[in-house]
Amino acid sequence: MEFKDYYKIMGVERDASQDQIKRAYRKLARKYHPDISKEPDAEVRFKEVGEAYAVLKDPEKRVAYDQLGANWQGGQDFHPPPDWDQGFEFRGGDANHFDAEQFSDFFESLYGQAGASQGFEGQSRRGFNMRGEDSHAKIVIDLEDAYNGASRTITLKQTVLSAEGRPEIKERTLNVKIPKGIRQGQHIRLAKQGGAGMGQGGPGDLYLKIEFQPHALYHVEGGDVYLDLPVAPWEAVLGAKVKIPTPTGTIEMTIPENSSAGRKLRLKGRGIPGKQLGDFYVVIQIALPPADSDAAKAAYRNMEKALTFNPRAHLEG
Amino acid sequence: MTNKNLLSLLTGDVLEEGERLTLVELCQICNAPAERIIEIVEEGIVEPSGEAAENWQFHGVSVRRVRFVLNMERDLGVNTAGSALALELLEELEGLRKRLRYLGENND
Repeated sequence: MEFKDYYKIMGVERDASQDQIKRAYRKLARKYHPDISKEPDAEVRFKEVGEAYAVLKDPEKRVAYDQLGANWQGGQDFHPPPDWDQGFEFRGGDANHFDAEQFSDFFESLYGQAGASQGFEGQSRRGFNMRGEDSHAKIVIDLEDAYNGASRTITLKQTVLSAEGRPEIKERTLNVKIPKGIRQGQHIRLAKQGGAGMGQGGPGDLYLKIEFQPHALYHVEGGDVYLDLPVAPWEAVLGAKVKIPTPTGTIEMTIPENSSAGRKLRLKGRGIPGKQLGDFYVVIQIALPPADSDAAKAAYRNMEKALTFNPRAHLEG
Repeated sequence: MTNKNLLSLLTGDVLEEGERLTLVELCQICNAPAERIIEIVEEGIVEPSGEAAENWQFHGVSVRRVRFVLNMERDLGVNTAGSALALELLEELEGLRKRLRYLGENND
């Protein structure tokens, strides 16, 4: 079992006051709250900070922890000394949401399951009927999956109750239907697939947040899909018929005459399907042919001679 | 977990896709008493259709917004008005991040 340096996790000195600890906790909790944070490991850090605070905010638990000595390093192999908690009585602190089963083995070895659930899940004491925690996970899909629908297998680490009623971490694999028409950032709620409840509590729900794999060609906004389409200057000016890729296959489209860079051409209803059908937009980008040969240079010079064109006319006062 | 469960295809509700919820259903899903939901409605964080509370119909996204408010209160001690503000700022931030990502991709 790894030793956990709660002071280091909280970023405070060992002699920090209770107020300093509280402030540090509030700051870290805001930083790593999974609903807010963009940090990739936010959920893990948030739990770690919650565990550290559960110990350090409680003077009795803190004194007992300090008694282990200051020479331990975080991550060091640790076994609690026998009778280490003799003479301490851990009373539960104020109700706090952290469920016991989410704390580390290290915490459990020191304060035990009972110590944890007592302090941190007020409801569980009242007859042990508690609805399980909701779980959250992210599913990354391809844009094509949103067009066609798909299924995805996901593996979740969850706490489940063993036959003896003890929470255990188990890996669970689920096969989930990705409905056609799903959009980036939407959530699929799978009722009762979350964490196990206690007693009559029933399990929580599982929320899956949909994210799209960044696509080499398209970018997506809501139900609309955008393609940046490079065209040659003469295609933009004279108009052209070009073949373009779409997530449902290649189609031919007309570039109207005098299309300037940035012009958006809408292909109605070719975005992501769904109740509100999205559109497909082609954004014109003008690509300049390189002047890498004498012939190409001559062609540019001819153009310069033939056209009286001042691209900066509007800058002159 | 039986083997059968592992293999069967689970179908869920997409919260954002027009799912309509009554006040009672929203309370159940969010694990919150009706009074708390009413407070959140009064703050303008979720906007049900229908006049009287017993006729309220909530959009599926309300689940996420209500949960956010409850989590903020429980974990960070933020009150309802503060959560409403945080929610709006986060949504704006998300829009800006998306925009930035798109502009970044096009300037490489």
